[in-house]
Amino acid sequence: MEFEKLVINKIKSKFENSIEDISNFRGDLSITISKDKIVELAKFLKEDEELHFETCIDVTAIDWATRKNRFTVVYHVYSYKNNFTLRLKANIDGEPPQIETVSNVWRSANWYERETYDMYGIIFVNHPDLRRMYMPEGFEYHPLRKDFPLLGIPGSLPLPDKVE
Amino acid sequence: MGLEAKLTRDGFITTTIDSVIAWARKSSVWPMPMGISCCAIELIASADPKYDIARFGSEVMRFTPRQCDLMIVAGTVTYKMAQVVRRIYDQMPEPKWVIAMGACTSTGGMYRSYNVVQGIDQFLPVDVYVAGCPPRPENLINAIMTIQQKIAKTKARDYQDKPLLVNTEN
Repeated sequence: MEFEKLVINKIKSKFENSIEDISNFRGDLSITISKDKIVELAKFLKEDEELHFETCIDVTAIDWATRKNRFTVVYHVYSYKNNFTLRLKANIDGEPPQIETVSNVWRSANWYERETYDMYGIIFVNHPDLRRMYMPEGFEYHPLRKDFPLLGIPGSLPLPDKVE
Repeated sequence: MGLEAKLTRDGFITTTIDSVIAWARKSSVWPMPMGISCCAIELIASADPKYDIARFGSEVMRFTPRQCDLMIVAGTVTYKMAQVVRRIYDQMPEPKWVIAMGACTSTGGMYRSYNVVQGIDQFLPVDVYVAGCPPRPENLINAIMTIQQKIAKTKARDYQDKPLLVNTEN
């Protein structure tokens, strides 16, 4: 596809040393980039005169459990003008795992990053309001991590007292 | 049909205060529609003209707990929602009853998961459990009839020492 080649060439020429992988699975283009370049890439994709990736559709993560870089943060961005969806990935590690926020580039990423923080415990550095999204405040765990038991940790979520 | 059948020619009936009060109570059970998820749709259906819980005196769905005496918990209760359900239950005046409608509410159902309470009887005194996912309206009506049988056996003085409202400060 014409536009896909354009995207790849543009990103390659600007971020040549930071690209870890470019793959295409059934027409979905994925680009893996090193984590310290993610904001720069985001700004470039959004502000480039031809690409127009103006919308961040989703931010989520993958927990690989035993892999060296345990988490992959996944971004889906969309260009209305070119009708094209692009997937960005960044591998991160550490406890807690950290990555720079893209919510200053795409405002919609604000809540997606909060959700990802809630479920995976990934700290989005410089996020304006990094609070939990679904789980109650004061909850100590991150439920979508692979080491979190399906039925939860007994006593970690308070129940009301039993009515006599 | 109802009371008229019991009337004598002079227009008197002999009965006890207890049974008159119990009859009045069971014939006007006002539900609190605690519709949390898909069971609420069947709860709505049971109030429509086809199933019509008005036939059992329970058509008055009140959206304030202060005017209700039957809480129909219809849906998946998460740990976060449990606090709200309990708070609303506490605001209902005595005497009050609880129906756990559907699999999720009764046992957690298919949500065997960290965030769903595995049965609301962990914090509420449930009177009737309704099976189904979601239960058909007939099944819910059956539960209301079971509650009515339960109410018919109560005595007015069972509740005279109970405070009308419990403390809802917490």
